[in-house]
Amino acid sequence: MPSLGADMEDGTLLLWKVHPGDRVKRGDIIAEVGTDKGDIEVEVFEDGVVKKLLVEEGTDVPVGQVLAIIENDETDASPAPEAKAARVKASPVAKKLAEERGLDLHTIHGTGPAGAITRDDVEKATGEKRPARPKTEKRPSGDNLSKMRHAIAVAMARSNREIPHYYLETRIDLKRALDWLAEENKKLPLEDRMLPVVLLLKAVARSLKDVPELNGFWVDDGLQKSEAVHIGFAIALRKGGLVTPAIHDVDQKTLSDIMKALEDLIPRARVGRLRSSEMTDATITVTSLGELGVETVHGVIYPPQVGLVGLGKILEQPWAENGMLGIRPVLSATIAGDHRATDGRRGAQFLDALARYLRDPEKL
Amino acid sequence: MTKPELESAILRALKKIAPEAELTDIDENEPLQQAFDIDSFDYLNLLVALRDELGVTIEEADYDKLRTLKDMVSFLLPRVSRE
Repeated sequence: MPSLGADMEDGTLLLWKVHPGDRVKRGDIIAEVGTDKGDIEVEVFEDGVVKKLLVEEGTDVPVGQVLAIIENDETDASPAPEAKAARVKASPVAKKLAEERGLDLHTIHGTGPAGAITRDDVEKATGEKRPARPKTEKRPSGDNLSKMRHAIAVAMARSNREIPHYYLETRIDLKRALDWLAEENKKLPLEDRMLPVVLLLKAVARSLKDVPELNGFWVDDGLQKSEAVHIGFAIALRKGGLVTPAIHDVDQKTLSDIMKALEDLIPRARVGRLRSSEMTDATITVTSLGELGVETVHGVIYPPQVGLVGLGKILEQPWAENGMLGIRPVLSATIAGDHRATDGRRGAQFLDALARYLRDPEKL
Repeated sequence: MTKPELESAILRALKKIAPEAELTDIDENEPLQQAFDIDSFDYLNLLVALRDELGVTIEEADYDKLRTLKDMVSFLLPRVSRE
């Protein structure tokens, strides 16, 4: 059972989408699991053949329990879905601990970001499980909304308890960016037109390449920077609640690709058809509340991430430049940073880069 | 196309975008995005649905003229009447 959220403890195996003997390849959906954040499609992370399904549909399963055996094309049977990979992701502390104790990292199930092995995982593997983190409240047995509220409550309470946040804010003149976007949209058919948030997401991704300390995870008392930029985009659900699925590799996508990714992601988020990788891979979160009239967003970091970008409403405001006063469309952008991982200087560099990229939209 | 026909077409398009929305007792002066809790992605899809229903493509510069049901009828009626 993959860990699909900061404080997920278990899930319900709802449906198998494969049978023993089926051939699967990386990225295939092999099962659906019910979680506090909705029903999630579980992907497989390597090619192979399904040898055995170990859990019956309808069973509650703790995070970390093996769900199925997938026989690798080259090797013996191995656990799935977070199966043995060519390169094992593990925190530096976990690697050191495993080495000290003579453990092969391939034999340890990772429950950290993107399946990375943490110190806890190594300690569990050696039977030295640390005391469980105190729970803030009893898990509810109510409907999906109350379960989601509970999941959000647990994650946000943990964030406020563990993460020393700092907040920085800047105002960005978006006139050039919006004018450029309007011209681009004139060339496109209606269904391919792009929204301003696409420019903002790409600019965030580019800025994170300049300031990588804000893109990653705080694990085992250390910062794990991520090479990839997977932006968790906060999507409010109409019936209440919030999910933040990852848009993968935003820095490498074109603006049009980002728009398509959002058009794919948002409807699936609303009907509970997200994939496991989308629930686990985000390296930073972007919360955009401008459409609801919010001018400035001061967000709460989703652990173990170390940053959250808040985007407010684009408002026409007086703007002085070169001694002239004019009216410009102005965005309030904020960064919430984990002070254990970065200081205000890095946060300021990030916001400066964001403003710079948005001044030259054609380069995005 | 008559005004009631146009209103029905707009509501059909809205239903595609927000299937769970209650389309009775609509305040024609209330912004659609608030009335139906639709975001800018939904709004773009609504414009696509309107184009499919009515054959009218709405330019980005006109988006602000189409915030309420009343706005939409006022903007679209002369255009669909010409079709």
